[in-house]
Amino acid sequence: MNKATAPHSLNFDTGWAYSPAPESIDHVEIKDQYKLFIGGKFVAPKSGKYFDTINPANEKVLARVAHAGVADVDRAVKSARDAYDTVWSKMKPAERGKYIYRIARIIQERAREFAVIESMDGGKPIREARDVDIPLAAAHFFYYAGWADKLDYAFPCRTPQSLGVAGQIIPWNFPLLMAAWKIAPALACGNTVVLKPAETTPLTALKLAEVMEAADLPPGVVNILTGDGSTGAAIVNHEDVNKIAFTGSTNVGRIIQRALAGTDKKYTLELGGKAANIVFADAAIDQAVEGIVNAIFFNQGHVCCAGSRLLVQESVADEVVAKLKERMQTLIVGDPLDKNTDIGAINSAAQLERINAYLDLGQEEGAEMFQCGGKNPDKGYWCQPTLFTNVAQSHRIVREEIFGPVLAIQTFRTLDEAVAKANNTQYGLSGGIWTDKGAKIFNVGAKMRAGVIWANTFNKFDPTSPFGGYKESGIGREGGMHGLSAYLDLH
Amino acid sequence: MIAPKPDQAPRVDQVGVDERVARFRARSIKKASKVEALNLVLSQIDLTTLEGQDTPGKVRQLCQKAMRLHDSLPDIPHVAAVCVYPMMVAEAKKALGASGIKVASVATSFPSGMAPSDVKLEEIKLAVGLGADEIDMVISRGKFLEGKYQEVFDEIVACKEACGEAHLKVILETGELGALDRVRHASLLAMQAGADFIKTSTGKIQPAATMPVTLVMLQAIRDYYYDTGRMVGMKPAGGISKAKLAIHYLVMLRETLGEAWMSPEWFRFGASSLANDVLMQLQKQRTGIYQSEDYFSKD
Repeated sequence: MNKATAPHSLNFDTGWAYSPAPESIDHVEIKDQYKLFIGGKFVAPKSGKYFDTINPANEKVLARVAHAGVADVDRAVKSARDAYDTVWSKMKPAERGKYIYRIARIIQERAREFAVIESMDGGKPIREARDVDIPLAAAHFFYYAGWADKLDYAFPCRTPQSLGVAGQIIPWNFPLLMAAWKIAPALACGNTVVLKPAETTPLTALKLAEVMEAADLPPGVVNILTGDGSTGAAIVNHEDVNKIAFTGSTNVGRIIQRALAGTDKKYTLELGGKAANIVFADAAIDQAVEGIVNAIFFNQGHVCCAGSRLLVQESVADEVVAKLKERMQTLIVGDPLDKNTDIGAINSAAQLERINAYLDLGQEEGAEMFQCGGKNPDKGYWCQPTLFTNVAQSHRIVREEIFGPVLAIQTFRTLDEAVAKANNTQYGLSGGIWTDKGAKIFNVGAKMRAGVIWANTFNKFDPTSPFGGYKESGIGREGGMHGLSAYLDLH
Repeated sequence: MIAPKPDQAPRVDQVGVDERVARFRARSIKKASKVEALNLVLSQIDLTTLEGQDTPGKVRQLCQKAMRLHDSLPDIPHVAAVCVYPMMVAEAKKALGASGIKVASVATSFPSGMAPSDVKLEEIKLAVGLGADEIDMVISRGKFLEGKYQEVFDEIVACKEACGEAHLKVILETGELGALDRVRHASLLAMQAGADFIKTSTGKIQPAATMPVTLVMLQAIRDYYYDTGRMVGMKPAGGISKAKLAIHYLVMLRETLGEAWMSPEWFRFGASSLANDVLMQLQKQRTGIYQSEDYFSKD
């Protein structure tokens, strides 16, 4: 039943269309140039270098941003060390908590401004920045603020001690949220921070520096250095850094792990993924289709835990794919600042090139590609939501992380086959299970080798919940009580 | 014909339905698209009076309103239908004349449906005989909850036959079904039994129409269309009194069933006070200011 055969398909192409509903940008202040935030002040980079950050939706320059070199990193680490030794490690934990609460409240107060800048600098739809990124970032600060004076209760019969200076390197897909994931637990545990935002999305981290100022955070407790991979490498290799927290690609994760080998630096790595989203025949199909859409097209698929592999039981595969194709016709691709946009701009030219290479590769490999044929805006970097069917485990588009709105669809016949395919990957960050049967959720969930398993939903985040990967998806956990131990010495 | 069993209807996940609805409600409908939507809403309203205190005088007033929603707004459509009790059908028919506005009559011992089948069928025939263009029947919720699906099914089949040329809307009274899975099953059952429209509620039970319930019914309509090629209409009724909410229903309709359903032929709002809020919004779009509600006639 329920075959969307051609004569009975629906028309989403003509008729009533939504008028543009752009979010206002009047209230947003972006300076022409940003320096480095070191020791509680914005200071010019010793490197003397600056680089542009652009809006990927129109390729216009938003601001010029300082490039931190080795000397700048050294200065920031010294500032963080100094703040750690003289102020932060000596402060009563409850007082630390107050600062973190204050940061959370200021983010909430400036939520609209943060959402707009996040959308402009990174290309994500304003709806997601407004409803997901910014509220969650504030929630992380609120959550970890509460732990600051309760660490003894989190780890009974242990003596939790702060580590010192934490070097933190974050990605471009959720810039402010990843900064919050990193900074909040570090501060709550009594560490000071040197944070480097991604090269293509530095603005909300610099805005966060303004929040630190507004919160009267003691100088040097949080230092924010913009730059590129070389800046990150300088942080990783700095001898006075006690802990490295990295979120990004598996390749860079490997480089960092090699660099840290033989040192006494603690580290957590949150890396790539190629999550299996398993839809069983007994699932609520219409809600599963919606879940598939959210799993892969959320944030243009720039999500490490994206459900980029759909495994659907053969008996319902035709129905699911047909419904998915119809649903994709109602996804609105375009201006990220329009409140109705579902899929915004690809984050950078380089990422678009990478995604397009995979689209070519998938077709060369013999997979069948489906796009709705929507028109891309003239300027900016865009990728229409894409499905690949007729794919197998041996296809590279099934094995490699694409990090774009591209879904590879495979079928399976039995539960065991689904689990085997789901686990047959170098990654293990997340996974999804869609079934109406509770017992099946627990059965399959226990067999899937991935750090986060969602059942009948996908891409749900909460500061109380630990997040992290199996296998080459990473080491350590962020979020929840687990996230505290990454920033503590527990001997 | 054999009634579909519960396990023949697709499963529904409440959490997922609520999330989808939240996405519809996050759509921002402005400017030209808003005016277009407001006009469409007006044209889809079944202006309703279903009170024990209804009189021919009240029905005449309502019909007048249906035909002349607001004379100071040019080029607005009239409503789709006036919905009344069978005893008021003749009066409504006379008052509406050649306006093109349909007369819908509730029947089948509305709102409870607690009467023998032959009484219900007689009531339909009476209403149709008096000139009703559309019949809004209620299903026997007691029988449905008892698991007597075949009896519910056969009754709808008989009602459809009793309607003759009149269109049949089948009210599921979703507020009494208790679960979205049952809403989906009842929708399928009603469509297979011959419903031209499926409708959420009588308006006498809370909750009446909600967006999650309506979404599940729209998805049932879509799947039935996939299977058979037959289009079935949808009517949420009760509880939709604000233009903004009505527009979000249209967003949901548009993104679930597509353009073909975006007309009074396939989608209706059962409502008594929605029209004035829509008119107020249209005036706001035209003039830039909100007028007092005293500028809009209340009939």
